[in-house]
Amino acid sequence: MLTRLANPSVFLKWSGAALPAAAALAAALLEFGLYLAWFVAPADYQQGETVRIMFLHVPAAWMALFFYGLMSLSALGTLVWRHPLADVSQKAAAPIGAAFTLICLVTGSLWGKPMWGTYWVWDARLTSVLVLFLMYCGVLALWRTIDDPSRAARAVSILTLVGAVNVPIVKFSVDWWNTLHQPASVFRFGGPTIHPSMLYPLLAMALAFTVTGATLYLAGMRTEILRRRVRTLTILEAERLDRQAA
Amino acid sequence: MDSHIAFIAAAYAVTAVVIGALVVRAVVDHRAQIRALAELESRGVGRRSSRAAGEPETGGRVPP
Repeated sequence: MLTRLANPSVFLKWSGAALPAAAALAAALLEFGLYLAWFVAPADYQQGETVRIMFLHVPAAWMALFFYGLMSLSALGTLVWRHPLADVSQKAAAPIGAAFTLICLVTGSLWGKPMWGTYWVWDARLTSVLVLFLMYCGVLALWRTIDDPSRAARAVSILTLVGAVNVPIVKFSVDWWNTLHQPASVFRFGGPTIHPSMLYPLLAMALAFTVTGATLYLAGMRTEILRRRVRTLTILEAERLDRQAA
Repeated sequence: MDSHIAFIAAAYAVTAVVIGALVVRAVVDHRAQIRALAELESRGVGRRSSRAAGEPETGGRVPP
């Protein structure tokens, strides 16, 4: 079933049908999440209104890790299983993951200034997320460096898998080292430490970011398949013109 | 607390701009590829003559 859905022709058909509904759902979930974050969640007793930045920062951080994980799985798909959609998936996921990592870094800094008194500290969590962003930038740059998509995909896959070492470091940095950044407060043994009045808006925003990211990912994969079709046809046309000229 | 409003507004503005840029990029890029494909096909370039309406035929695999 999955193999059939991942056939590029079949993928274009079902994703074309699913995309408008996914986009509408993403918009509705963003609207609902923002409503909860702005009008339902109370101000924090210590952070005050600044806690509202967390409704962007935390889901963006989860998405940053999720898309890198997705890229790593796709890299395995390219190198091990040589699936036709694996490198398309990698290429579509990279800019979305980079964008969410950028949001995570910027919103974290904007929260840090009023709460910690500084935009940036070189603690393990912040530094490892910066490394994650640089990995995304490296992957995006490598895609542009090599013309042939298949060769580029193999090179990018290796770089992606090397960078995957950083993903558990990001997640567990707050446990392994003393950091200014607080430890995990949602996904932890013993359950979340956040009050439900803030947890539910946070989860709503996380769902909204997930559906938004998934929609952009589907759209990116469709465009990449079309780009490769255009490339193939351009080469075919150049060969035909060559033959005519000869 | 009022002095923190600027930080909150900036965080939401940056997020809106970044996600908005992703959406615009996706739409513009998709349209550019559709246009390029239509132009190539109008010149008679293609590996297959039969094609589903609005969707390119990829022959079951992604062209290299």
